[in-house]
Amino acid sequence: MTAAMYDPVRIRKDFPTLEQTVNGKPLVYLDNAATSQKPQAVLDAIDAYYQRDNANVHRGIHELSRRATLAYEEARGKVAGWIHAPDESEIIWTRGTTEAINLVAIGWGLDNLSEGDEILISVLEHHANIVPWQILAARTKATLRYLELDEQGRLVLDDLESVLTDRTRVVAISHVSNSLGTINPVKEITRAAHAVGAIVLVDGAQGAVHTRVDVQDLGCDFYAFSGHKLCGPTGIGVLWGRKDLLEAMSPVQGGGEMIHIVGRDESSWAAVPQKFEAGTPNIAGAIGLGAAVDYLSQIGIENIEAHEKEIMAYAMGRLSEVPGIRIYGPTSLEERSAVISFTLGDAHPHDISTILDMDGVAVRAGHHCAQLVMKHFGVSATARASFYLYTTKEDVDRLVDGLGQVTAIFG
Amino acid sequence: MNSPQLSSLYQQLILEHYRNPRNKEELDAKTVEIHMANPVCGDEIRLQLRIEGDHIAEAKFVGSGCSISQAAVSMMTTRLQGAKLVDADALAKRFTEMMHGDEIAAQDKSLGDLRALEGVSKFPVRIKCALLGFDALQEALKKEVGDVGGELH
Ligand SMILES: Cc1ncc(COP(=O)(O)O)c(C=O)c1O
Repeated sequence: MTAAMYDPVRIRKDFPTLEQTVNGKPLVYLDNAATSQKPQAVLDAIDAYYQRDNANVHRGIHELSRRATLAYEEARGKVAGWIHAPDESEIIWTRGTTEAINLVAIGWGLDNLSEGDEILISVLEHHANIVPWQILAARTKATLRYLELDEQGRLVLDDLESVLTDRTRVVAISHVSNSLGTINPVKEITRAAHAVGAIVLVDGAQGAVHTRVDVQDLGCDFYAFSGHKLCGPTGIGVLWGRKDLLEAMSPVQGGGEMIHIVGRDESSWAAVPQKFEAGTPNIAGAIGLGAAVDYLSQIGIENIEAHEKEIMAYAMGRLSEVPGIRIYGPTSLEERSAVISFTLGDAHPHDISTILDMDGVAVRAGHHCAQLVMKHFGVSATARASFYLYTTKEDVDRLVDGLGQVTAIFG
Repeated sequence: MNSPQLSSLYQQLILEHYRNPRNKEELDAKTVEIHMANPVCGDEIRLQLRIEGDHIAEAKFVGSGCSISQAAVSMMTTRLQGAKLVDADALAKRFTEMMHGDEIAAQDKSLGDLRALEGVSKFPVRIKCALLGFDALQEALKKEVGDVGGELH
């Protein structure tokens, strides 16, 4: 598809959930940073697996098992392609970003960190990229350090060289912030981290959704993301890791699928990625995510990104005209992705969300699993509108109209 | 405002309490304090009571949150000054019943101004906001009753 042909109204029709009314109004779904809607192609792929091919993977000689294994492994290849991983065996299926980050914190961290070592994260992170490192720090007596934010919610990197020390072992940073939409310069951070010998994990939960990801170009060591934000089903996600690191790591869970030979006292492990995939996996989830990647590839991530930029420019323009609004995050559209966090006068974000919901407009209200970001801006919550490939300018207009209602009530 | 449901949710009385909350300050002489938060949305209050014998001599709160949570606590505290513990407990139970859609409770004049919050019961995801203060009150009473030897029963 070429950019000129991009038609969000037609794309919308691929998503059954978007074709409904909520509280008597056509649904405007602006909570994509929490989870995306699913296209028919994904629903069909999951359905086909359960209707025709359902069998366990890697365990049978029979026809159904062969088909299931084939579809499941094909999905791994598709996902590898989505982030330009050099080798599809570097793709480990997880439940999502959270599990992927925990896998690294425990599987890599426990063996490689000791007292006095440093873990560097940032104030911008989702709780999923904070708490696992806190747990690791407590267990290894390592020190947790933070990159701070400026007044626009961008990472302060002027003193990066001094924050990174010869004790820094791991840097874990989000590609794109879910609370503010800030796009972080992960490539530069990775280069600086590698210069002091630290490894880098990128939380790509929002990155792999909104921008072209090339893990080889980024140069990072781990990249984690979730299927459900990427038009795929819930319960499936990905940890990509550099092969040599994955091979050196201990498994985190033991069980079927992840072993080579099991003895009475000890066992040997299967090769990567199976070493990290104990037990019957989420086969339908992987297949569904594979179908999502196919669907998105057909449209083209560059086209989606261009569309989102256009929607963002329009939305920032329209929203900034709303009296009493305060928008958080970078002012430059080059530095932010398809997320707008805001507050409006005295109205609490919950009240904003309830009033918008009565108008069929779904936004998120709360701390967005980023309490440190809220604290940075001195608020307990914000309302957040987040866009995706099917968002239209009319959706933005409906949001702005709904905010008029908020002002009518709260003044 | 064109939605009748919204008008019933955001009654003037509620908005007025949200803008000018009553009894919102630290109570230095408190005998019990309960911290109650709603982790889903970040509503948060600390309810502070000075309990003397069988009654609440003073009730104050501090905190932040949405209009529903803050108005409900504010209204609640106006009812607690000098209230008997048994009456405070009964009020909390009655209010909770109204929030869970009990129509008889909603007709109960003893709820007074708190009946303005009845509309919240039509918004399932907001009921927890309205109950935040009363949950704290019930928690505080439980704690105190333990201390004073089950006076409520
Ligand atoms: C930036 C970021 N990191 C991590 C997560 C956690 O993802 P999940 O809940 O799918 O594991 C999310 C999504 O909620 C996110 O937006």
